[in-house]
Amino acid sequence: MIGELGQLALCFALALSLVMAVSGLMGARATALAARKTATSSALGMLVFVGLAFGTLTYAFVTSDFSVMDVANNSHTLKPLVYKISGVWANHEGSMLLWVLVLAVYSGLVAVLQRGGERLTSAALGVQGLLASAFILFILFTSNPFLRLDPAPFEGAGLNPLLQDPGLAMHPPMLYAGYVGLSAAFSYAAAALMVGEEGWARAARPFMLIAWIALTCGIALGSWWAYYELGWGGFWAWDPVENASLMPWLIATALLHSALATEKSGAFRTWTLLLAIAGFSLSLIGTFLVRSGVLSSVHAFASDPTRGFFIMVLIALAIGGALALFAVRAPTLQGGAAFSSISRETTLLLNNVFLVAACACVFVGTLYPLVLDALNGTKISVGPPYFALTFAPIFFALLLLVPIGPRLGWKRADLKAAWQALYPALGLAAVAALVVLAIVSPRGVAATGAFAVAGWLIGASILDVRKRKGARASAFAAALAHAGLGITLMGVAGTTAWRSEALTVVAPGQKTVVGPYTLRFDGVTREKGPNYIADRAHIALMDGDKVQAMLLPEHRFYPAEGQDMNDTAIHTTGWRDLYLALGDDRGGGRFALRAYVSPLAPLIWLGGLVMALGGFLSLWGRLRMKEPAPQPAAPVMAQAAE
Amino acid sequence: MNAKKKRRLAFAAALLTAGAAVAGVIVYGLGQNTMYFRSPSDVAAKQVGEGVAFRLGGLVEKGSVTHGTGAEVHFRVTDGKSSVVADYNGVLPALFREGQGVVATGAMNSSGTFIASEVLAKHDEKYMPPEVVDALKRSGRWQEGNP
Repeated sequence: MIGELGQLALCFALALSLVMAVSGLMGARATALAARKTATSSALGMLVFVGLAFGTLTYAFVTSDFSVMDVANNSHTLKPLVYKISGVWANHEGSMLLWVLVLAVYSGLVAVLQRGGERLTSAALGVQGLLASAFILFILFTSNPFLRLDPAPFEGAGLNPLLQDPGLAMHPPMLYAGYVGLSAAFSYAAAALMVGEEGWARAARPFMLIAWIALTCGIALGSWWAYYELGWGGFWAWDPVENASLMPWLIATALLHSALATEKSGAFRTWTLLLAIAGFSLSLIGTFLVRSGVLSSVHAFASDPTRGFFIMVLIALAIGGALALFAVRAPTLQGGAAFSSISRETTLLLNNVFLVAACACVFVGTLYPLVLDALNGTKISVGPPYFALTFAPIFFALLLLVPIGPRLGWKRADLKAAWQALYPALGLAAVAALVVLAIVSPRGVAATGAFAVAGWLIGASILDVRKRKGARASAFAAALAHAGLGITLMGVAGTTAWRSEALTVVAPGQKTVVGPYTLRFDGVTREKGPNYIADRAHIALMDGDKVQAMLLPEHRFYPAEGQDMNDTAIHTTGWRDLYLALGDDRGGGRFALRAYVSPLAPLIWLGGLVMALGGFLSLWGRLRMKEPAPQPAAPVMAQAAE
Repeated sequence: MNAKKKRRLAFAAALLTAGAAVAGVIVYGLGQNTMYFRSPSDVAAKQVGEGVAFRLGGLVEKGSVTHGTGAEVHFRVTDGKSSVVADYNGVLPALFREGQGVVATGAMNSSGTFIASEVLAKHDEKYMPPEVVDALKRSGRWQEGNP
């Protein structure tokens, strides 16, 4: 019964999304008042029905209703409740339903908040409706989560143990909130092209911010999960699925900066529209890469070629349609306002050039192997050295510029004054570099440079907060986000330059030294978890003769899924991680043990958190601010800047 | 030509230069850092030069895994037709099993042994790395639905 209810709800949602698409687009005309009302209410109605469908599927998972095929294939009665719930989106069908749910939530927000002009909002809802109907059709025809299984099996097939993890339970909803959040920016941009620009950048900004925050958190969570779950001590592997989430983040970051210039000074009008289209396009491509099975990873659920084909057609229509609209309409819009070469606009332009170039490097490195394979079957892989060579220097150059931008005024500015105000930050950069050179070994050019840049970023942020007492939330928000970048950079540089690795085979009672730590191996016990059996190693972290802490890395076997996995143990001081992974049984109670000492590793994710906080602060300031923003600068000023 | 047009032209030229520079970096980076995927048959056919990094994929041959005194491991990777001796100094992934799919990164040494720098075994009982499936198909040892 419950499965049919979900299916029915999804069909209603499809009908409402079509109504929303048609009425929303009709409402873009000045006189169509009734159509605009219909678009708003159908957006809310769609949210209710998609929510109902999602709730139904969740109920089926929680109650282990194995007559639903999706549940039988991906769940198990012995799974803890939280993983029964996260199991809803840890499979292809459910994750697509989550995607549509997030899309419906954003559509609802667009409808309720009614930001921007009535016609703009209506057209944006229309585009959201088109996207929603396409994705609901995709679910109903190729990935229906409510298909029945008759007779129902007594037990489900379980869930990949790698995915049974609290970090990963939250990772997909976060990432989707980011991916799909960019759909709102996309829809507003398309709407602006249809009705002629009506302050769309300002209207869409909260959605861009939410999407960016969610992407930042989602990427940080994914990287943290990879760090503690995969057992190789790394935090980023330039895996295609990681790149698929990084690319929209890079473009979303560029979009936030470019849209700010459009809003405040009227610069980059058409460019910002193009970025909004590109951001969501990369989200769609990311979904395709991750979900179509062209990549081999824990993320690839779909192996059905019709799904990949359907998603590809969908992407082609969305991107092609938006670009065609852009090509036809963009020349009719008012051009961007002019600015002097020394101005905040110039720094934002450079910011965008660097971010887009960095994204291009990731894009080519990710897709080149796929294209080559499709063309002539040659199988290659592009490794991390490629990204270190291309992405890293471009991003580094971007970071050098970051502190300067916020100190320059719009239109035209005094570079010398800005530069002099930054002397303390330069001082901090020099101190950071000297500290690295003086006390840390091994010394390296890259690490020294990275710490200097981190000092430069954080110093400038501190100056921003100190100098601008009483300033608006947005100045603090930018300072926080930029400081977060510096913190992450320190974490990345510290871990990369000074990580040490030890690989030993240990016998019970044996002591072993890893970097500054002394470890004593106390043997392995057999433990029983709720749905797994574990070999748990007992390893004492010694402080002289005293036991300072016990670390318990495990090797788990999940009988329901027939799979093995490692559960690492991490001891952190906040500044340095000791990371242990249990290896294979070498007989006679001896086990292989892999240990990493990763200095500054926690800073990587702390920085991500600080960046996200900056985003929140900016969002809070935005939603509080009710009065209309100052109109884009008058032509008189623009001429003065020539 | 007025000042505005001049500025626009300079701007376009700067963007083009930047774009060309990025494209150059990308092409150079790809040229330096792509690794080919090879099956044991490819290695036997001497398609791989000594010291050139590549990815070797196939099945871990049954009964071929031996451990040294430390963390070193020796095993053979096979595609049913040929097999390659591989040496690895490290902890194997939890999913590494005899008779199962494996992909390793490394290079051949002068005595014809594959020195692995990284071993991946991302499969489970349902899943096999696509490259390995492809290699097995080419050697004729792949039956649909029965890996």
